[in-house]
Amino acid sequence: MTDSPRTKYMDRRGWSDIIIGAPYVWLVIFFLLPFLIVVAMSVATKTATAPPFSFGGEHPLINLQAYQRIFTDDLYLRAFLTSLANAAVAMILCLLLGYPMALALTRVSRGWRNILLMLVILPFWTSFLLRVYAWMGLMGRNSWFNGMLTDAWNFLVPVDWAVRSIPMMNTNFAVILVMVYTYLPFMILPLYASLERLDPTLDEAAMDLGSRPSQVFRDVTLPQSVPGIVAGGMLVFIPAAGELVIPTLVGNAADPMIGRVISDEFATARDWPMASAVAVALLVLMVIPTMIYTHFQGRAEGSK
Amino acid sequence: MPADAPGAGEPFLRIEGVSKVFGTFQAVKNVSLTVQKGEIFSLLGGSGCGKTTLLRMLAGFEEPTAGRIFLDGRDMAGVPPWSRPVHMMFQSYALFPHMTVEKNVAYGLKHEDMSAKDRADRVREMLELVQLTPFATRKPHQISGGQRQRVALARALARQPKLLLLDEPLAALDKKLREHTQFELMSIQQRTGVTFIVVTHDQEEAMTLSDRIAVMDKGEVRQIGSPTEIYEFPNSRFVAGFIGSINTFEARVAARDAGQLRLTLPALGAEVTARDVPHVTPGQSVTLAIRPEKIRISRDTPEGPNALRGSVKDLAYFGKDSLYRITLPSGALVQAHAVNARRGDEGARVADWDDAVWLSFDPAAAIVLAE
Amino acid sequence: MKRSPVFLITVLCFGFAFLYIPILSMIVYSFNASRLATVWGGFSTKWYVSLLSNKQVMDALILSLKIALVSATFATILGTMAGIALARFRKFKGRVMFSGLVTAPLIMPEVITGISSLIFFILMAEWIGWPGQRGFTTITLAHITFSMVFVTTIVQARMVQADRAIEEAAMDLGSRPWQVLFDVTLPVISPAILSGWLLAFTISLDDVVITTFTTGPGATTLPLLIWSKVKLGVTPDINALATLMVVTVGLGVILAGIILNRAEARRLADERMAYRSND
Repeated sequence: MTDSPRTKYMDRRGWSDIIIGAPYVWLVIFFLLPFLIVVAMSVATKTATAPPFSFGGEHPLINLQAYQRIFTDDLYLRAFLTSLANAAVAMILCLLLGYPMALALTRVSRGWRNILLMLVILPFWTSFLLRVYAWMGLMGRNSWFNGMLTDAWNFLVPVDWAVRSIPMMNTNFAVILVMVYTYLPFMILPLYASLERLDPTLDEAAMDLGSRPSQVFRDVTLPQSVPGIVAGGMLVFIPAAGELVIPTLVGNAADPMIGRVISDEFATARDWPMASAVAVALLVLMVIPTMIYTHFQGRAEGSK
Repeated sequence: MPADAPGAGEPFLRIEGVSKVFGTFQAVKNVSLTVQKGEIFSLLGGSGCGKTTLLRMLAGFEEPTAGRIFLDGRDMAGVPPWSRPVHMMFQSYALFPHMTVEKNVAYGLKHEDMSAKDRADRVREMLELVQLTPFATRKPHQISGGQRQRVALARALARQPKLLLLDEPLAALDKKLREHTQFELMSIQQRTGVTFIVVTHDQEEAMTLSDRIAVMDKGEVRQIGSPTEIYEFPNSRFVAGFIGSINTFEARVAARDAGQLRLTLPALGAEVTARDVPHVTPGQSVTLAIRPEKIRISRDTPEGPNALRGSVKDLAYFGKDSLYRITLPSGALVQAHAVNARRGDEGARVADWDDAVWLSFDPAAAIVLAE
Repeated sequence: MKRSPVFLITVLCFGFAFLYIPILSMIVYSFNASRLATVWGGFSTKWYVSLLSNKQVMDALILSLKIALVSATFATILGTMAGIALARFRKFKGRVMFSGLVTAPLIMPEVITGISSLIFFILMAEWIGWPGQRGFTTITLAHITFSMVFVTTIVQARMVQADRAIEEAAMDLGSRPWQVLFDVTLPVISPAILSGWLLAFTISLDDVVITTFTTGPGATTLPLLIWSKVKLGVTPDINALATLMVVTVGLGVILAGIILNRAEARRLADERMAYRSND
């Protein structure tokens, strides 16, 4: 067989070079490079030019002012805390609602299960923006939903606490509620995946050995679903902490989340170095939960 | 003789000092062997013994770290899998799930310079060979495991390879189907004349299928021979123990006379005679090995040189024969098979639990292993 | 023997009510005759009629579909390559960084991806004169970049499951690596590639944040249009638009689900047949 050097190269190295190389080069140019520019930008100096930054010149080459401001200006610390708190509360509420739902899904008959699973996934395919919007309709002062809650409130509390409507829009409560709503499928699916894999004979063995159902849950089901809990928790927490759409639409502008701060610094204040520094700080914070997640993923895979 | 000039007596496949190292793990250590044209040759060993790695080197999926492989006189170094006249039947069969049986069989032919009609004829011929003509238009998931195995065989044979590699060909089949398929494989091999190299961990499979067997352990070939040679004349404790079951005793060569060896068994305080083997000298420590079915059990003192006393500790009845486990005075356990030639109830057997019995064996049945 | 799952079923019902009541409410109010979006004023389909004659909405929809089509296709090609690379080539130079690059966009907050893309495009225009104007091209490039990694995740998972021996068998039968890729690998993982494409398409069609940053004058996608209107509050014509979108996607997903279920049932039936014909 006579192969030209070119065919030989394509057979041996070329094919893997192209398959690895094309996406690699793409990601380096359109993801890594922009990201490195942001990191560099975070130590640049804001100027009134276009583009509004400069390195060196009359300013120091590496300007750490933006980072200093993160730690000294109350706005940034508060925004970080609000973001982490909102994301954490949303994650816990998703877990409290999603765990029983996922468990229930494993207990219903096969035919029902497929239909219900599809109903869990369905919102995931529909527009995120519209799902947030749907809640704006419910939370508004004149909506039937708000009216119903207001009536219930007025019925339950003393007369002088009565309100005309419950202020839900533009609060942290609204942000958390909508986050739970939009991210709930992210919690249910990994939980369902890990619960569905469990061997039902383990439950039976535990019961056979004298455990009551609540003990079976505590001793057998719960420990085995930890990878699902961690995966679901991170899938909710990470995007929730950096969320921009939800706080902008239903959040409190006076108490912004970090995503909104980054966006405002960039677009409104035109302070690119500050926006970049906050972005870098947010990413550093994100590394911690990501490492927890990969640690558990790795352990789950190792034990397979 | 130049390597690429096949002369008289040049074997069809020659593996010369082949080694394969993965990182720090040496999977195959300095293996040399030859295979003749038209042979069924088995590589037998437990998992991790290097047999599959050796097979993959023949197919071209791995390059040897050292050593060379010659097929029909041609050095295979650097020849990629797609240019080798070697085809493989994979353990998982590796049928293309998106193609019909017919398309699977025809796949290799698309690289062959032949007319569409010849191609169709070859596919038909192959499907007839493995009796799958009625299933030609089914997809792999629509046929049974045994049929899938035959598709894999037909697909590998369609291009008329010089060498067919079979990786655990019967492992995925159930026991009943396995026996039938074994004979079918042999008959197809005879009809096509293709040289087969079979990798298996199943000693019975290797014994029935093969003309010759290479027993492998920890990357090395321990013995090569016909099934009879491997079973009756193992060259090491490993091979003796790997194929069938065997009783072993520590022994010392006392003397050599009249073509026989006299051995003392220090643990038993007994003396036995065995068939002479070269390379042992009086005074040397050796291992004496005897297959269970070569040991006779009797209540009365037997005639002949090799007799040991013992008592029955355990017995298991298998129908056509029984397995006895006998304790010798030294405490050693010996296994012996006895054919149940007579029909009857418990009283018909040679011995019962705790009976004192005599064990005896022919000097020719005793294997002396100098290790 | 099983614990009576009354509690679980109750939570399940509550959860589904929570998931679907907002959407159902939105659908109902899209037929509201009143201009006040949250006060019921009788049944009407006038918002749908005005929507279909709204050129702005139609233009935005067409732009969104174009971007989604192009970006999903490129994202699928690149993402599939990356998925195959990670699953098949165990060791290559820069693998650690490569797998990092493939995971990072998944966890990177969209705001940051958006801002970094924008800064990148502005500086590129400054330095090399490209891209001259932000719009279709820049949005599409950004969408390809962050949706390709989702394709990679799906394809990689499928590739890891696939029997490696199938590809080796094709090679053994005389096919060179490229032929193996097109004859065997891609057909075998085609369902994963298709779901990857659908996911990339949906992500692109749905994206607001990254699009806000990478868009330019005149390039208004449908989510951007909705975003600018929604920021001002709830309106009945957005209710109608949202209803159309949700119903279209919902029907599509349900249909796909039914088709997949059928295919699965047929495969099981085939396997039973194969078992019976065992000889």
